[in-house]
Amino acid sequence: MRQTWKNPRSLFALVIFVLLLVLAPRALHQFDRRHANLFVVLLIVGGAILFYTFRAQRGVKYFIRKIPGIAAIEEAVGRATEMGRPVLYVAGTQDLDNVQTVAGITILSSVAKRIADYDAHLEMPTSRSLVMTTARETVKESYLSAGRPDAYNEEHIYYVTDEQFGFVAYVNGYMVRQRPATCIYMGAFFAESLIFAETGHSIGAVQIAGTAMPQQLPFFVAACDYTLIGEELFATSAYLSQDPKLIGSLRGQDFGKAFAMFFILLGSILTTLAFLSKSDALAQVSQWVQGLFTIKSS
Amino acid sequence: MIRVTLPVLITSVVGFLLVIAFFFRGFDRVNSDLSEYFNIIAAVAFILGGGNLLRMHLDKVQRRRPGWPYSIVTVIAFLFTLIAGLFKVGNSQGWTGPVEAQGSWFNFAYDAMFNPLQATMFSLLAFFVASASYRAFRARNVEATLLLVAALIILLGRTFVGGVLTSWLPQPLQFLSIPNLSNWIMSTVNLAGARAIIIGIGLGVISTSLKIILGIERSYLGGRES
Repeated sequence: MRQTWKNPRSLFALVIFVLLLVLAPRALHQFDRRHANLFVVLLIVGGAILFYTFRAQRGVKYFIRKIPGIAAIEEAVGRATEMGRPVLYVAGTQDLDNVQTVAGITILSSVAKRIADYDAHLEMPTSRSLVMTTARETVKESYLSAGRPDAYNEEHIYYVTDEQFGFVAYVNGYMVRQRPATCIYMGAFFAESLIFAETGHSIGAVQIAGTAMPQQLPFFVAACDYTLIGEELFATSAYLSQDPKLIGSLRGQDFGKAFAMFFILLGSILTTLAFLSKSDALAQVSQWVQGLFTIKSS
Repeated sequence: MIRVTLPVLITSVVGFLLVIAFFFRGFDRVNSDLSEYFNIIAAVAFILGGGNLLRMHLDKVQRRRPGWPYSIVTVIAFLFTLIAGLFKVGNSQGWTGPVEAQGSWFNFAYDAMFNPLQATMFSLLAFFVASASYRAFRARNVEATLLLVAALIILLGRTFVGGVLTSWLPQPLQFLSIPNLSNWIMSTVNLAGARAIIIGIGLGVISTSLKIILGIERSYLGGRES
């Protein structure tokens, strides 16, 4: 226990907790009650994620299933090294205020370490200046931690254009001219997803994609060798780094899924029973359960 | 240490502030103000990006690297757009008018060059959809066959052909008409699968955001520990 409080993060959490206790009564009348249901859900799901993260930090081991798309990254980097061709990495077409871009950058950190280990060539065009500067810092640190700072060349991470199809034209042109052996797409994509993936397929590259854009997933699934679907994109960093804290947070996400499944099942049963029995009471309970997860507009 | 602690601290404060702004009254402007700040930072960062673009292509031209003539086109287009936009060249309303005013060089570049080029790239999608569909819909196994059948029903159901093909069905069997089947697949089967993915994504976003706000996830800083 004493060890725990020596940890600065625990002290930070304690300060936040005390502040909340002091400020809570004053803030209570400012609380927007329309969002009370979401607040409770956030507390439960967020609490579970933090609980399992800190449990993992204390040494509890959690199992993480094999995700073929992530496992293939190592193989794909190795292939590029053997062929003497570049690894193309695209972190989406959105800026850093999009959490998918941040996820793409976190994955880049682990991918860059492998690329540095294998002495392969990383090529990363970006469509946002901030993504370029962040990616440069990330890759530089990865090369440093891999013991290969000499191999880092910031000119391989560069800005092209903010314009969606201008960026697509550049990346496609690069693919066709340089024929990268491996193409990795991790982040937020829109209509360009299929254009990238089909061009990559036409040059025979191994393609690994990950996005949390539901509309673009079918395109990646159809044209890429491996696709990280939705939440897998956010789990990749944990999988690649094998950091116990990050793996612990995945268990918290699983708790959230179990929570969602329970209420989906409960809602389905209640709605079905209300429909079959024509009971007003059951219909009201069913509506109340639905209301728990409804976002009320401002 | 400051290179790690400071970004994590800023991220934490801003993250908590946005969460508070969502749940508590009196913070209405926080979200829009922070978005404005982000835009300002992104605009400043554009100088870095634009500078990098110029440096990279001028270097390519100077060293006569493969494809250097294209770099000349890029540099000319970049400088033309920059000058036409910044100085509002040809703008009928002068300096005070909007940058995209009719008759301005910027507007001309946008309408006569940029838009058609963009449309050309976008139209490639139609061909890529056809080639990807051909591969995805080959009936190699049960799952692929189901996908093919579902795709065919939806494709037909979204056109007038679907309605014509099954117009002979009697009223009690109209639920089997292709447009109705197409709607059922989209609103029931497809939506159930999509919602499962969206719930997973939502949880992933919450988890990633929490890890970043609390400084647990620092890979985007290069995985440095403080």
